[in-house]
Amino acid sequence: MVPIGYYLVLSAVLFVIGGVGVLSRRNPLQMFMSVELMWNAVNLTFVAFARQYLNMAGHIFVFLVITVAAAEVAIGLAIIVMVFRKREHVDVDDLSLMKG
Amino acid sequence: MLTVILVLVKGLITAVLLLAAFGLMTWVERKVLARFQFRPGPNRLGPAGVLQFMADGLKLVFKEEIIPTAADRVVYLLAPFISLTAAIVAFAVIPWGPPIHIFGQTVPMEIGGPNIGILFIFAITSLGVYGLILGGWASANKYSLLGGLRSTAQIISYELAMGLAVTGVLLAAGSADLNTIVAKQYHLWFIVPQILGFLIYLVTMVAETNRTPFDLPEAENELVAGYHTEYTGLKWAMYMMAEYINMITVSGLATTLFLGGWHGPWLPPELWFLIKVAAFMYFFIWLRATLPRLRYDRLMAFGWKVLLPVALLNTLATAVWVAVR
Amino acid sequence: MLSTVVFWIAAVLAVVGALGVVTTRNPVHTALSLVLTMLSLGVLFLLLHAEFLAVVEVLVYAGAVMVLFLFVVTLLMAGVKPPREEHRMRLAYQTLIAGLFGLILFVLVLHAMVGANWVSTLAGPGGGTFGSIASFGTALFTRYLLPFELTAVVLLVAVIGVVVLGREQE
Repeated sequence: MVPIGYYLVLSAVLFVIGGVGVLSRRNPLQMFMSVELMWNAVNLTFVAFARQYLNMAGHIFVFLVITVAAAEVAIGLAIIVMVFRKREHVDVDDLSLMKG
Repeated sequence: MLTVILVLVKGLITAVLLLAAFGLMTWVERKVLARFQFRPGPNRLGPAGVLQFMADGLKLVFKEEIIPTAADRVVYLLAPFISLTAAIVAFAVIPWGPPIHIFGQTVPMEIGGPNIGILFIFAITSLGVYGLILGGWASANKYSLLGGLRSTAQIISYELAMGLAVTGVLLAAGSADLNTIVAKQYHLWFIVPQILGFLIYLVTMVAETNRTPFDLPEAENELVAGYHTEYTGLKWAMYMMAEYINMITVSGLATTLFLGGWHGPWLPPELWFLIKVAAFMYFFIWLRATLPRLRYDRLMAFGWKVLLPVALLNTLATAVWVAVR
Repeated sequence: MLSTVVFWIAAVLAVVGALGVVTTRNPVHTALSLVLTMLSLGVLFLLLHAEFLAVVEVLVYAGAVMVLFLFVVTLLMAGVKPPREEHRMRLAYQTLIAGLFGLILFVLVLHAMVGANWVSTLAGPGGGTFGSIASFGTALFTRYLLPFELTAVVLLVAVIGVVVLGREQE
């Protein structure tokens, strides 16, 4: 059997990689995907602890995280599409140059 | 250890049988379509043209592999694999017979996934969608991309109605395990109490596999040929394999959920399963020979505005009935 | 023993996918790497007896949310060019600082985990019903009914928001 610590370390690694991705990416879609990666890492932690203490609360929370993540992706992508429609370069730093 | 070996053996047998069934299906479809259209169909190779599919297979293997220069090579080569793998893996949870006893063990005639049977199939068919969208994008061709996106949107839309139609059966049986669902149909097939779900499932089944009348994304006079325009030879064959094996999988699922799986008097159960699946495959070919195809916006409107509310009503009614019983 | 082998394979694939998410240049490749990570996580959920969640993860996350990402990426990124020149300098330092932050965060998280007091081996199997659909549904509709209803509202808000945002600007 795999001890729970392994799952937690894996989750930490994924979370940190996602965090580095958020900070170093310039394309808004890739940045968004790095945030998704962080959510997935957190989901893994929840499920590992639910298994550890045999408590379904962990599973419920993951379910809620997935649902809210889906909703957020929908709106986030709609915003990104709206903002970057008809542009040649897609770069989050351009948002500071927008007028109006 | 024995469990692992049994799973591997079952998996291998299933994969080989599915691919063989694909070969047979191509011949059956051409013959049956031909009969519908008052012409003989392939009749040169082998008795009644049965070996036609071998000739086609050989031809596809020897065809020149043309890969567009601007195509993303890795994704271009990966996409048909995804479609084919998803199609074959989805068949893993369908039981094609009652559990048999060998080596002192009870071996269920499905490969695995006991608790989450139906949901596993939905998860894997959701993954199969990637083959379409990636194939459309990786071809570096506007028409492929649009065809791939249309196919994907169509499949995602009809997945909802399909899931809800199946949820009715799930509620009526009280379990997502396909073995349990088949067992509960011993006295009465679920097609009788869930007739609305069955009809919805029939329609969505055809839409999910991109078959006529819902095959606009890959029709020849629209968008060239959709997502598999730029595919030649063996890769195109993989897409076709994926399509036919998907048909077999959804037919198998329909049999298991609505038609009592492998139940049937005096013939061996596996044969009954085969007969019922074959009936559904004939239904697919019959539709193709008879109906014109739906325009894409009518198709999407039908899926969202008609099927989804009806499926929701069906689920609601079933839930109320189960709760009251 | 088999579960250990599967764990290591899934863990390595998950990390490979995660590294792919933060390093690949092409957004479609990024999306595919993320799908690889999600599938590996699905396998890990199965190892942790969370069958329903494994299916939900693959069905909803990898099968619908990422397809949505791919839709937007393939439609939007069709004619996109690489970042402009005046951003190049900030880009180099940015990655370095991000990597440094990542290292610090990782050390902190490890310290929190190692220094804590919980048991390092998993509890018993918990009977056949832990993580099954039945136990999940029972928990969802009895004890956690309020969050469930609230997520329904969240989804409704998301749908309305997307419809409003996606309208043609008059």
